Amino acid sequence: MLNEAVVRQLREIVGGKFFRTDQEALITHSYDGTPMLQALPDAVIYPESTEQVSEIMKIANSNLIPIVTRGSGSNLCGGTVPLQGGIVMVMHRMNKIIEVDMENLTAIVQPGVITGQFITHVEGLGLFYPPDPSSMKISTIGGNIAECSGGLRGLKYGTTKDYVLGLTAVLANGSIIRTGGKLTKDVAGYDLTKLLVGSEGTLAVITEAILKLIPQPKTKKTMVAMYKDIYGAARTVSKIIKNQIIPATLEILDNPTIRVVDDFAKIGLPLDMAAILIIEQDGEPEMVERDIEKIQLICKEEQADRIDVAADREEAEKLLTARRSAFTALARLRPTTILEDATVPRSKIAEMILRTNAIAQKYNVNIATFGHAGDGNLHPTATTDARDHEEVHRVEEAFAEIFEAAIELGGTITGEHGVGVVKAPYLEWKVGEAGVEVMKGIKGAFDPLNILNPSKIFAKETKKRVVVQHG
Amino acid sequence: MASTTGKPVIEHANPLARTLLEKLDYDQLTNCMRCGFCLPACPTFHETGMEPASPRGRIAMMKAAVDGLMVPDQQFQDQMNLCLGCRACEPSCPADVKYGQLIEQTKEAIEEHATHSLPIKVIRKTVFKNLFPKRGSLKLLGGSLAVYQKSGLQKVVQSTGVMKLFPKQLSEMEAILPSASSKGVVERLGTFYPAKGEAIAKVAMFRGCIMDVMFADTNVNTVELLSAAGFDVYIPESQVCCGALHAHSGEMNGARELAAVNIDIFKQLDVDYIVSNAGGCGALLVEYDHLMQDNKKYSESAKWFASRVIDVSTLIVEKGRVPKFAQKESSPHAEKIKVTYQDSCHLRNVMKGSSAPRKLMKEIVNAEYVEMAQSDRCCGSAGIYNVVQPEMAGSILEHKMEHANNTQASYMLTSNPGCLLQMKLGIEKHKPDQTMKAMHIVDFLHDRMILSE
Repeated sequence: MLNEAVVRQLREIVGGKFFRTDQEALITHSYDGTPMLQALPDAVIYPESTEQVSEIMKIANSNLIPIVTRGSGSNLCGGTVPLQGGIVMVMHRMNKIIEVDMENLTAIVQPGVITGQFITHVEGLGLFYPPDPSSMKISTIGGNIAECSGGLRGLKYGTTKDYVLGLTAVLANGSIIRTGGKLTKDVAGYDLTKLLVGSEGTLAVITEAILKLIPQPKTKKTMVAMYKDIYGAARTVSKIIKNQIIPATLEILDNPTIRVVDDFAKIGLPLDMAAILIIEQDGEPEMVERDIEKIQLICKEEQADRIDVAADREEAEKLLTARRSAFTALARLRPTTILEDATVPRSKIAEMILRTNAIAQKYNVNIATFGHAGDGNLHPTATTDARDHEEVHRVEEAFAEIFEAAIELGGTITGEHGVGVVKAPYLEWKVGEAGVEVMKGIKGAFDPLNILNPSKIFAKETKKRVVVQHG
Repeated sequence: MASTTGKPVIEHANPLARTLLEKLDYDQLTNCMRCGFCLPACPTFHETGMEPASPRGRIAMMKAAVDGLMVPDQQFQDQMNLCLGCRACEPSCPADVKYGQLIEQTKEAIEEHATHSLPIKVIRKTVFKNLFPKRGSLKLLGGSLAVYQKSGLQKVVQSTGVMKLFPKQLSEMEAILPSASSKGVVERLGTFYPAKGEAIAKVAMFRGCIMDVMFADTNVNTVELLSAAGFDVYIPESQVCCGALHAHSGEMNGARELAAVNIDIFKQLDVDYIVSNAGGCGALLVEYDHLMQDNKKYSESAKWFASRVIDVSTLIVEKGRVPKFAQKESSPHAEKIKVTYQDSCHLRNVMKGSSAPRKLMKEIVNAEYVEMAQSDRCCGSAGIYNVVQPEMAGSILEHKMEHANNTQASYMLTSNPGCLLQMKLGIEKHKPDQTMKAMHIVDFLHDRMILSE
């Protein structure tokens, strides 16, 4: 509970309407997109400027009140659930696109801008902002920066971190820092911009961002290749890259996903296929033609059973429907959908999928896998029911083993969702004890009193590794 | 093996929480995975930017109330009532959560515990128990309204400014009400109207209650349009109100009683389709199977009924012989007349009928169809929402009319009486740059129908 003096001061900063302690506000800010996770805050605040954020942080810091910043709360790692209570700071009111600089190809935005709307805006000006998380219709730029979101175009264009040039951020003690700028080159000291991207709200509150924009690709072409042998699909992925072709999108759906998607969307997917690849290339027309032809050739060499190239955008959309409806179809199977984020080097895609399927079988749980094959970022997705504690326990055990497998194959526990609270027990598996210590040191430098999104990233205890063997 | 379904076992001290626990579908509450995909679709979230005013927020509160995490207080009830019930969140939900059912169950629970003031109690009783269910009363009202409008009394009332004594939104509505009539479609056309040419199918028309009093011409035009498209049209005389207004106001039992009467009457006719020309009615009719699922006597025939319900535009486009439509009295060199469309939320989100009206508008010779930005977003009418939530409805309408203005269209077409009135009100209040007229799509098409000899 917050004391009256604090409540009065906070109310003065933002006004009564934007500081709330009523039941309704607390309940509706006690969750995000992560299944089976809920905790009530003590208050919710909606600042509208960097200065207000700074004032709020000064009060929070001197009263040791946890602050959890939040955009639309679509994240999947529990990153915005206020596990230690305190104040949830909603960034929705700071939603302006301040500037699009056509000479420097940069934009300055506030964190509450919806990513999809920003993309539409810059595309209207003939420019391109590539990071496209599947949640972009609702997720905010601030949230994308905090989690370092990826998306379908990550393979060719990189992820959010590759497009953030500079930041304005408020530290735990209320100081305002500015990092980077509209600069391509800048080596003045540590790269605090990159450090803050993906810091999950634990180091500072981001209140403004300078983003890099690039020219829009002139054309796009989309195709789908179907395989009876999952290794054929996986070898295709490696071979495309080895041939130095970098498609804009290179997605995979495994057999359990194909079955579910077709059962739901009835689009005539072949149920006897082990995997489908959906591939899109963009750029100059001649290059796109050449790449798509070459990719088809590779697909054939790797025994693709069927290859369809979309004749036009409408047909391309139909092909992409399969990929897009994967999440929707899976979400309709059972009440609780746990979408995970194990990532491996792209040469290990097939092995990772096969191991995931074996693990699912071992624990008798339903796991389908789809994801961004081109960058090795897979989404093994379990469909379960939160009310069946015994089954949920088996799902958790299975995922621990999946993360274990990902690390063994040279991968990581999360490719784009972040650590939050869900992956915290596994962080040490990936970065090691010394790695965790360095990270804790950085956290201490930014936020010595641990008020910014406490209980996230760093777990009290590391989960024991399920299988102790290194291959 | 642990149970995977079912409600939690909780003893609630709060009476509303007890009723919510009893009425709410706990599986649906659990199905919401809080991904947030519904947020951009929701008009009240769009207007406020506040999570509690979103479908995800409302479901979280319903679940919290049932789970005992929050007491369903006045604020809870206000937030539930702020929902337009447009159901735009449903098509955007990956998990297929039946939000419409959840909000209806919640409103029903709230209504059971509501302590309305005496005048509201009297009005609710009159409206829900006497006016809508009883055709005679409605016709009488239509007749008096017609007398009021035709006798010059309306002009007198308007000029005396007596309407200023009523709440603003009511006086605004009074100004745009269409001419009422005591003669409905059956009085004018009888109970059967044959197909022009060979009959493709046998259909029954759902004439509605408001539709048949305030928009009787639209009902007549609907029948003529259906006949031209090749359908034998029956109009059962003893059909009653669909019950949508009851259902949306938490009077579920009233809605069920009406549904039973309608199901019996239409079942006797053994038709291929039951045609609706009002999205709001159609959406409840198409869900009669859900409404009656716990009623053993009616659950099977409710399924029969629901599976036959179809919107007039969809039926014509998908099953009929689409008549020729042309802009009459138009010289070949005249500029094409621009037409735009406001979706009926219930037609779009529940009946899945958004493409057929657009196809028909594009068929009209010498007219140009212009898509309005955010035409899929609720106009704020939503049954009686604009009367009970004037502030939110007003702000939604203001944004709607900005988009309407940008189309530069001369005609704003709709597929539901509530939306039609709201569009008329919007045009009246926010005067677009060009002259704009709001019309039901059926009337517009009927005016332009070219009958082949």
